[in-house]
Amino acid sequence: MEKIVLPDIENLHLIDIYIANGGFEAAKKAFAKTPDDIIDEVKKSGLRGRGGAAFSAGLKWSFMPKSNDKPKYLCINGDESEPGSFKDRQIFEYNPHQLIEGILIAAYAIQAKITYIYIRGEYHKWIKLLQKALDDAYAKGYVGEKMKETFGTDFACDIYIHKGAGAYICGEESALMNSIEGKRGYPRVKPPFPAQNGLWGNPTTINNIETITNVPPIINKGWEWFSKIGEPKHPGTLLFGVSGHVNKPGVYELPSGTLLTDIIYNYAGGVIGDKQILCVIPGGSSMPPLRGDQLEGVKMDAESLRAAGSAIGTGGIIVMDEDTDLVQVLARISHFYHHESCGQCTPCREGTGWLEKILRRLERGEGSVSDLDLLISVASNIEGNTICALGEAAAWPVRFMVTRFRDYFEARVGKEVTLSVKNKVHSMRHTAIPLAPVTK
Amino acid sequence: MEFKYSEENQKKLDEIVSHYPHKKAGTMAALWLAQEQNGWISGEVMEEISAQLEVTLEEILGVITFYTMYNKNPMGKFHLQVCTNVSCMLRGGYQIYDHVKNKLGIGNMQVTDDKLFSLEEVECMGSCGTAPMIAVNEDYYENINIEDVEKILESLKNKN
Ligand SMILES: Cc1cc2nc3c(=O)[nH]c(=O)nc-3n(C[C@H](O)[C@H](O)[C@H](O)COP(=O)(O)O)c2cc1C
Ligand code: SF4
Ligand code: FES
Repeated sequence: MEKIVLPDIENLHLIDIYIANGGFEAAKKAFAKTPDDIIDEVKKSGLRGRGGAAFSAGLKWSFMPKSNDKPKYLCINGDESEPGSFKDRQIFEYNPHQLIEGILIAAYAIQAKITYIYIRGEYHKWIKLLQKALDDAYAKGYVGEKMKETFGTDFACDIYIHKGAGAYICGEESALMNSIEGKRGYPRVKPPFPAQNGLWGNPTTINNIETITNVPPIINKGWEWFSKIGEPKHPGTLLFGVSGHVNKPGVYELPSGTLLTDIIYNYAGGVIGDKQILCVIPGGSSMPPLRGDQLEGVKMDAESLRAAGSAIGTGGIIVMDEDTDLVQVLARISHFYHHESCGQCTPCREGTGWLEKILRRLERGEGSVSDLDLLISVASNIEGNTICALGEAAAWPVRFMVTRFRDYFEARVGKEVTLSVKNKVHSMRHTAIPLAPVTK
Repeated sequence: MEFKYSEENQKKLDEIVSHYPHKKAGTMAALWLAQEQNGWISGEVMEEISAQLEVTLEEILGVITFYTMYNKNPMGKFHLQVCTNVSCMLRGGYQIYDHVKNKLGIGNMQVTDDKLFSLEEVECMGSCGTAPMIAVNEDYYENINIEDVEKILESLKNKN
């Protein structure tokens, strides 16, 4: 099987090797066409976003205004903080120039002169690797003013890395823009959408790292070639990150629509100790968990997973064996979303706190059956009532896990109903204050 | 004590600020550079950034309290971060965390008396496929077990 995003070419991260393997040919080809041709090509290829929502990339680009009265921006999302997701770092490390080339093409298509690549602060190492690649691309004249000469075009753009500093919410596109502006990463109310009103009020497009890395091969080989790989409605390969109780965890690039069981048993080497699977979360920790007996025949693409009762998310597959303590897992997941809630919306800020509190109580064996209904009710009250989708990210795992594993959770409920009302809801993000006083 | 960027860091900062149409957007990079130089974000650091980038102290305070990676207090020379999120948890993340905690006798966000180590229980670090993990300052150690942790701690002590 051909790999598009992470081909098996040794030292591909070096610019000379990348060029020797046809690097920057796609950009050259693209600059000879009109921006609208490029948008059309990507639209027809069927390329969908790999950051979670699987939205058509070409369609998103077409939302950008055509007039040039305001500066336009491209943001590339490398925040990669959803638990179970670890694919974009592979691109920084093993194929950074294809990402850079994809940015050149996307920036040209939407006529953005500046691109910011947002990378989570914890990825110090990968930021340095990508910066090195960028420096090399600048030095060789593939990025910046010199690209006019290199490519013989009148389009030039700059690419900068913006380093995050530890906040999952900054992966949400509008929070990401606030973070680039030097503010707290609060998601913005939509509409207005970024294509109209993004960075500093200007038209902006946000795409995931993996999405953009798919662009050069599409331009090189044409939309028809790409549209025939994997599932027609969600074509191309996907980077599946498999973690948890498998023998060979890691990132596997496979055609969309590959069977989930095939990924787990063949590629990831099966479950450790040949145990049964209790639960799988197929797309990063915020996606609806599937029971072990729901996995047969499930294909890994957006439509098939929706039909199976989950979602593709980031393609991060978390496998849990039969001995896993699901209450502990769900409590840990809920702790995460509680910790990461930015606190702007009451349902999310308070609801995530309640979910964690109740789950901790169940974990201690002090929960009651009514707690299970309470969990579902709190989760349902978050969903759809918040500014951003972190609300759903917090609610889905709880609602679906408690519903799908009702028997399991009921077995964990204590006999006595001990509903002590000493629950203090912690509604603020954890911050290590007190701060030292500001001295004059 | 007044905080001033080293000549090298000032150059870096000026370069980064030039990437944006507004100075304020340089705030996060300014904080990163200051933290590298100073170890943490003191009041003096905030004053310097406020003066340079024309942002208020309140805005800077808002930023540093929002992002977990900015140190609001001095941390240990070696800041240990152990992920206990779900994929790590499934592969022994809590055992690693508890081991470090007991070994050093400090809790989350605490510093040892000799200021050598500090500990933080962190959220997913993007090492789920190479779990469990520990990060020492900027460096990741992945696929580790208790013996590896012992060795890492020992080598850090010797490095000192
Ligand atoms: C809470 C939250 C966190 C997110 N984190 C990320 C992330 O780390 N990386 C990412 O690419 N998209 C993330 N997204 C999705 C982005 O908002 C956005 O849809 C995506 O970057 C668009 O790129 P794509 O269309 O190429 O997928 C997140 C969304 C939410 C609601
Ligand atoms: S849903 Fe949660 S994370 Fe999103 S804006 Fe509201 S409070 Fe913040
Ligand atoms: S869950 Fe620990 S690194 Fe992802």
